[in-house]
Amino acid sequence: MAALRNALRSPVIVGPRRGVANKAYPDHIPLNTFEHAFLTVGTGLAALLDPKRGDMVAAFGELTAGPVLPRLRDKMLATGEGRAILKERPRINTKTVDIAALSDLPEGTLGRAYINWLERCGVTPDTRAPVHYVDDPELAYVMQRYRECHDLYHCITSMPVRVEYEIVVKAFEFANLGLPMTGLAAIGAPFRLSAARRDKLKQYIPWALRCGGSARSLMNVYWERRWNQDIEELKRELGIWDPPPAVWGKPLKETTTTTKREGL
Amino acid sequence: MRRACVQSIRRSTRKTVSPSPISRFNHTSAKSSDSALPENDELPRHTHFGFRTVAEGDKEHLVRNVFSSVASKYDLMNDAMSMGVHRLWKDDFVSLLKPGKKGPIKCLDVAGGTGDIALRILDYAREKYADRETAVDVADINPEMLQEGYRRFKKTMYHNTPQVSFTEANAQDMSHIPSNTYDLYTIAFGIRNCTSIPAVLEEAHRVLKPGGTFACLEFSKMTNPVLDTLYDQYSFSVIPMLGTIFAGDRESYQYLVESIRRFPVQPEFAKMISDAGFTTGSMCEGKGGAWTDLWGGIATIHTGVKLE
Repeated sequence: MAALRNALRSPVIVGPRRGVANKAYPDHIPLNTFEHAFLTVGTGLAALLDPKRGDMVAAFGELTAGPVLPRLRDKMLATGEGRAILKERPRINTKTVDIAALSDLPEGTLGRAYINWLERCGVTPDTRAPVHYVDDPELAYVMQRYRECHDLYHCITSMPVRVEYEIVVKAFEFANLGLPMTGLAAIGAPFRLSAARRDKLKQYIPWALRCGGSARSLMNVYWERRWNQDIEELKRELGIWDPPPAVWGKPLKETTTTTKREGL
Repeated sequence: MRRACVQSIRRSTRKTVSPSPISRFNHTSAKSSDSALPENDELPRHTHFGFRTVAEGDKEHLVRNVFSSVASKYDLMNDAMSMGVHRLWKDDFVSLLKPGKKGPIKCLDVAGGTGDIALRILDYAREKYADRETAVDVADINPEMLQEGYRRFKKTMYHNTPQVSFTEANAQDMSHIPSNTYDLYTIAFGIRNCTSIPAVLEEAHRVLKPGGTFACLEFSKMTNPVLDTLYDQYSFSVIPMLGTIFAGDRESYQYLVESIRRFPVQPEFAKMISDAGFTTGSMCEGKGGAWTDLWGGIATIHTGVKLE
C-alpha cells in the first residue's frame, strides 16, 4: 500500500526520478520498490528459462545482491589488498589488461594461465555488462568487480565455460562470496540439465562448496598485481585445491562474433 | 486549483518542443553528447526523439535503429506491454473503416511493418463481403520490420497473391507512388515516429484518390486525469522493464513511451489533418467527430476524407 502511494506520488510534480541529476553513476537506473520487485521476478524467470541471456543473469545478480554487497565491501576494507582495490577501482577488459604482455609471461604464471584459459574457451573479458541497479556507487563497483573477476575464478579453479561447470563455479562463488544470485543459480540451473549432466555435477559440487568456503575471500585478491605470480603458489596462498578434472569442449566464438555473454 | 496547475504543466510540456525539454520522466540517456552549435549562423532544425532533442536529419536513422532492434520481438512486446489489448484496438480500427463495403479497394498501409493492419483489412473484406480483390500495399521505412511482416503473411492465404505487397518507403516522401492512387490510407502506431507529421499528411493527401479516406490509429492523451497518472506510471515504469526482460533493450522502449508523450493531443492532431487538406468531422470526439478515443484516450482513431 505504501509502495503504491509512493509510486503515485513520485512523478509529474515532484520532478524527474530518473533524471541525470538523480543518477549516482552514468549507467545507474534508479528503481522504486515496485520496479525492483517486478524486475527481480522478471529477470529471474528470464534467466532461468534462458540461461544464455547473460544480461538477465547479470541484472538478477544486481537486484538480489542487496544486503550482501555492503558485507563484501566491509570484508574488502578489512584487508590491505581489498582497500587498494576499492581505492583504485581497477577494471578488467581488453583496454585495461595488456593481453599481449600477459601472453609473453612464462607458463605457470597467473597471467599466462588466464590468457590460456581465455583462448581455450574462446571468450573475451569485454562482454561484461555495466552495473545498473545498485544505488551506491561503491557497491556498484564491488558488483562490477565481481562480474569482471568471474573469469579469473574460472581460471583459478580450472573450469571451462560449459553450463555444468558454470554451475560449479557459481556454487564455489556462493560458498566464497555469498551473493544470492550465485546460490540461486547453483540450485535452480541444474533443473535445466539432463539427468546425465546433473550426475556429473555430483563430483564437483562438494569440492566447490568445501573449497569455496574454506578459501580466502576472492574479492580481496588484486589480480592485476599478481600476473607474474606462480599460479600454484597463488592457489596455495588462497587455500584453493584442484577439483576433479573437467571435460573441455570446443572454444566459443566470443572474440570473433558479436555474441555477448554479458554479466555472470 | 492544483489540478489546473498540473494540467497546465502537462499541456506546456506537450506543446513546446524547446531545445531543453521540460521532461517529467527522464529519459533516454544521451549516448551522443549534445552537439555543439555549429560555427556558421544557420542552426540545424531540431525535432524530438522521445524526450531528447535531435537534429531532424538524425531522427530518421535513430528511429530506424530502434525498430531494427525491436523487430524480431515486436509482436511479443506489443502483447506484453498492452496485455493483448492492442489487438482489440486494431480490430476496432479496421471495423470502423469497413474495407470492402463499397467494393474492392486499394489500400496503402504505412509504417505497417509487421502487417497487423494489412492482415485485418484483407480478412475483414474477405469475411464480411467475400471480397478477394481488395489489395493492401504495406510500406515501412524499416526493412527488418517488413521482413517480419512478410514472414507472417507467408503463413496466410494472401502470400504470393496480388492482394499484398511489401515496399520499403519513407512516409514523408513516397514519390515512387503516383498521385491519386489509393482509396484508403492507414497508419497505425507509426506516425508519432515520423520526423515531420505535416509532411506525412501531405503525402497521404497526395496519394489518396478524391473520395479516399485517411485513417490513423495512434496513442494519445487520456482524458481522465487520474487514469492518465496511472497510465503514466505504467508506461514509464513497467514498459521499459518489459523491454529489458523480453528484448534486452531498455532504451528502445524508453524511447517508445517518450514518443507517445511527445505526440500532439487529439484536437491538435485533428487540426493538422484538416490543415493538410482533409475534410474531417467536427472538432470533437465520437460520432460525427474528427476522432474516436479508445479506452479513454490511450489510443485514438483519427479519420479524414480527401474530397476534391
